[in-house]
Amino acid sequence: MGKTLAEKVWDAHVVRRDEGEPDLLYIDMHLLHEVNTPQAFDGLRASGRTVRRPDLTLGTEDHNTPTVAVDKEIVDPAAREQVSLMHKNCAEFGIELFRLGEEHQGIVHVIGPELGLSHPGSTIVCCDSHTATQGAFGSLAFGIGTSQVEHVLATQTLPMGRLKNMAVTVNGSLPEGVTAKDLILAIIARVGTAGGQGHIIEYRGQAIDELSMEGRMTVCNMSVEAGSRAGMIAPDEKTFAYLRGRPAAPGADRWDAEVAYWRTLFTDEDAVFDKEVVIDASTLTPFVSWGTTPAQSAPLGDPVPHPEAFADPVERAAVQRAQEYMDIVPGRPVRGLPVDVVFIGSCTNSRIEDLREVARVLDGRKVAPGVDLMIVPGSMKVRQQAIDEGLNEVFEAAGAGLRFAGCSMCAALNEDRLTPGQRAASTNNRNFEGRQGKGSRTHIVSPAVAAATAVAGHLAAPADLT
Amino acid sequence: MEPFTVHTGVAAPLRRTDVDTDQIIPVRFLTHSSRTGFSDKLFHDWREEPDFVLNDPAYAGSTILVAGRDFGTGSSREYAVWALQNYGFRAVIAPRFGDIFRGNALTNGLLTVTLPSDIIEQLWALLESDPGHEVTVDLVARRVRAGELTAAFELDDNTRWRLLDGLDHIDLTLAHTATISDYEHRRRPALPSTALLTG
Repeated sequence: MGKTLAEKVWDAHVVRRDEGEPDLLYIDMHLLHEVNTPQAFDGLRASGRTVRRPDLTLGTEDHNTPTVAVDKEIVDPAAREQVSLMHKNCAEFGIELFRLGEEHQGIVHVIGPELGLSHPGSTIVCCDSHTATQGAFGSLAFGIGTSQVEHVLATQTLPMGRLKNMAVTVNGSLPEGVTAKDLILAIIARVGTAGGQGHIIEYRGQAIDELSMEGRMTVCNMSVEAGSRAGMIAPDEKTFAYLRGRPAAPGADRWDAEVAYWRTLFTDEDAVFDKEVVIDASTLTPFVSWGTTPAQSAPLGDPVPHPEAFADPVERAAVQRAQEYMDIVPGRPVRGLPVDVVFIGSCTNSRIEDLREVARVLDGRKVAPGVDLMIVPGSMKVRQQAIDEGLNEVFEAAGAGLRFAGCSMCAALNEDRLTPGQRAASTNNRNFEGRQGKGSRTHIVSPAVAAATAVAGHLAAPADLT
Repeated sequence: MEPFTVHTGVAAPLRRTDVDTDQIIPVRFLTHSSRTGFSDKLFHDWREEPDFVLNDPAYAGSTILVAGRDFGTGSSREYAVWALQNYGFRAVIAPRFGDIFRGNALTNGLLTVTLPSDIIEQLWALLESDPGHEVTVDLVARRVRAGELTAAFELDDNTRWRLLDGLDHIDLTLAHTATISDYEHRRRPALPSTALLTG
């Protein structure tokens, strides 16, 4: 029987397999950031262990970091301490670290692909669930906890129980104005926050093939919102073209051999998936979350469901609680709800194509009075490119500045956060209670919808702007 | 890691689904850089609601949490596991868990017990009608017992063995260092290295 893409990559990384035990997988690249790691380094020190492969380990500062001024001291002493611990730990164990303000610094899942670290067929882990982003390259990339970080640092391997295979096939083409973000929100609304649990999702079909690499990253990024550890897309010519010439891509001497190998990374025709979902791309419109899980999403103009529509009493109570928290009225669409803040950024949507999309909508328009538009690029490279392309001038003319790179209001671990009761349209990946600050209300949207919302002052699609 | 064999303690009914790790411990407390000191941060924002279950004195000192489906979805923050353990929880019982949370919990010796929704409903009813009722989580027999109720749960033999003996994953893997070196010798040489980024 044939193998799925995920099985091919998995099997190529089995260091040790024994009946009744999890597989021991080799890890090709281990990415680190300042949160979720200090305890792992403490553990290494306490046991007198070293880092097995510092050359396969890379750190960056992104979660706690300021986005307005990078040359000043971090205000919160605990955050400052964590960033300084990252510096100290990486120096002590010989790990390369990209620091705030440096050329390669940025959100860990943005700089991995940008540097060409995300090779098809490789295994990538990071102390962050959105590591799944890099599955867009046909790598097996997933988030791990702090104890596992310590394990990978010490051994460059990870014991993992086999995961099942799930196919999400997206047939047809996305209509004009409908983006990768709308697509993944629609997928999550369909499969639910737990639909992918215990599975690796492979995205396939015409609409996936037609996405750019950046769009594919947006889709794979939110695999974890569907309950899955990892999302993957088989590599193709777009993948190879994206990687060619990047700093950590194979050099000219090895390029052809690697591409020949990468071409073998696809699901065999006779391979079997444990679960399959099929979506018709042509029926999709801009999506928005109305509740407090990413699965509580709907087309922007659709009425929000009534709690009574849910037969399961537990589900009904959860929907009711979410609607009260979000202060929305069942039966009415969220389109038109006034917002206080619009956040464009996060590892889901902070790459150059996202910023170009935002600039297209903002061009010649102004941000509505009373709305704070925050544009935070995913990396310093993206920031520089936005400046080189003149996008920052469009942002400034509209009434918004281009900030420095970091997770910003997605993690809300720095000073960028909402105050209780504030409502935001946000390109991030999570809308949990308090996610963007205590009492915050987040509607997850695409960059285009976020930009249109900033101009309108209320939740709106670009097509709604006059 | 502290071994887990048989544990009996007061159980708290958390009648909520989709309890993501942001609720278990809000992100603003993640700047703290140790594994301890999170007991008062557990469910921090919910504990400001007077009727939140852990504010009920009848459940004071509870060591078992009985929650709705999809407990521990969201961020891969091990802080969520540490906060539950710091508070005193030894086990969480729910119909379904977030994958990363479940892995983190079992690595740290916090037992996640998966039971069907109807059993959870029965447990909730029992714990709400008789607050302070004790529940036994028996990993040796892979059973949960509460009053008249007995329910079997599944956990793979390898994880069970590791928990019963309190074994550390890293020690187990380091016993195979030679096998790891063998793998490294046959690994594709063109895979990325940070040496390429810094010259």
